[in-house]
Amino acid sequence: MSELTLADFGISQSLIAHLVLIFVVFQALVLTSAFMVWMERKVCAYIQDREGPNRVGPAGLLQPFADVIKLVFKEDLRPKAADAFLFAIAPIISTATAFAAFSVVPFGGETTLFGLLDQPLRLEVTDVNVAVLVIFAVASMGVYGIVLAGWSSNSKYSLLGGLRSSAQMISYELSYGLALAAVIMLAGSLSLREVVMNQAGTWWGFIPKWYVFLQPVGFFIYMTAGVAETNRAPFDFPEAEQELVAGYHTEYSSMSFALFFMAEYINMVTVSAVATSLYLGGWLGPFASDTIGWVYFMAKVLLILFFYVWMRWTLPRYRYDQLMEFGWKWLLPGAVLNFIATAALIIWLG
Amino acid sequence: MDRIIFYILAGVTVLASLGVVSSKNPMHSVMMLIVSFGALAGLYVLLDAPFTAVTQIIVYAGAIMVLFLFVVMLLNQHKEDDPDVMPAGLRGVNMRAGVLLSLLLAFEVAWGLSRVGVTMFSSDPAAVSSISSVARIGTSLFTTHAFAFEVTSVLILVSMVGAVVIARRER
Repeated sequence: MSELTLADFGISQSLIAHLVLIFVVFQALVLTSAFMVWMERKVCAYIQDREGPNRVGPAGLLQPFADVIKLVFKEDLRPKAADAFLFAIAPIISTATAFAAFSVVPFGGETTLFGLLDQPLRLEVTDVNVAVLVIFAVASMGVYGIVLAGWSSNSKYSLLGGLRSSAQMISYELSYGLALAAVIMLAGSLSLREVVMNQAGTWWGFIPKWYVFLQPVGFFIYMTAGVAETNRAPFDFPEAEQELVAGYHTEYSSMSFALFFMAEYINMVTVSAVATSLYLGGWLGPFASDTIGWVYFMAKVLLILFFYVWMRWTLPRYRYDQLMEFGWKWLLPGAVLNFIATAALIIWLG
Repeated sequence: MDRIIFYILAGVTVLASLGVVSSKNPMHSVMMLIVSFGALAGLYVLLDAPFTAVTQIIVYAGAIMVLFLFVVMLLNQHKEDDPDVMPAGLRGVNMRAGVLLSLLLAFEVAWGLSRVGVTMFSSDPAAVSSISSVARIGTSLFTTHAFAFEVTSVLILVSMVGAVVIARRER
């Protein structure tokens, strides 16, 4: 009588490894958003010459968890005139799309976990060969969460916030897409893993072959559009407090508010991770990027995230018409020129 | 396994499409249409066409439906008018013409479907690999179908200019 193994139930080792990987990535994203809340408050405090959260845990590190516990026990309010179903589903759409976008981002080379696995495991949830487009598609779905939240709340501030955000996201999506397209042309592939692999090596032995050096304009456009897509300051019009109370999530409370909050931070992480993969060489680093590549990856993502926070507490918010003018009259033509110039140079230089 | 997923996705598509036409709240109709497009994209993935699936999401679910949503939100019409009262434009000759046209459409669809045969797709992994399909779609768009492609883009441009002309106020 032979012993029953997991394989007899159709469960292979790589399936388990993948499920564990998905779970780890999910938890890591949740923890990162908690960490980002802490970092935001801490950096903001130092910029404003304060201490910031310092009561819960060492250096206030456990503050986000205290906040979450507080939010869980708060009453979940819903305006009487709100569309119940859409009101409930809007924060879920926001969070789900935020998580989904990260699923195609590779964050390391292949690993066997020190020989634990028979087959090497690729450090990413799934390797889609149209990954760049998937991210773009999922990002464009994210707008529904905000728009629906604004509409279903049946409040003028929410509606205005939702309208502004959809207009803003549509306007900046074009520049975002064109910046992505220029990198796709350089790499000749739509797979993020291949884009990263194409950035291996150095010029003259010390400058890494990252696309940020080939696409400085594209990188700037991508980062600017990324800030607008994630509704962060200085482009945080959907929730401009002085004008719109809190914008699209004015009527939300308790955990549904926390979901929007989390979605915003996870979207930031995704935009930073994609920027790292497209422009900063992903998990590639000066040495041993096969084994500790994920450390390089996290360091680069963290740097961009810090830049985000730094910018938010340094720059004032623009006016709404300035934002639209900048998006359509400067950023989009710049992105088109960058795209055409890249195409021309690729053809000219072969 | 593929068959089960197909029936689930096809069911969602059909149910969501029924929801689009039967829902009285225009906002719910828009959401149902997005669900329908999403399930349709899933069907494309089943057909080994991830590029088509993603484009479906970006163009239809992402871009066009946001514009729909915009219009519905700006009109802010929460409920449809009472359906029992026929609008004036739908009586008499117009009504009969509409009935005739829909009969014609039903006939055309039935005729078209009856002529569809089963086509076997190549199961060679190299042939269905999607990056090659992206390249192939691009090549055929700019060579074989270049004329149709350019005409379509001019058509879209014309409709855009037309919309601006109609929407512009006389000064």
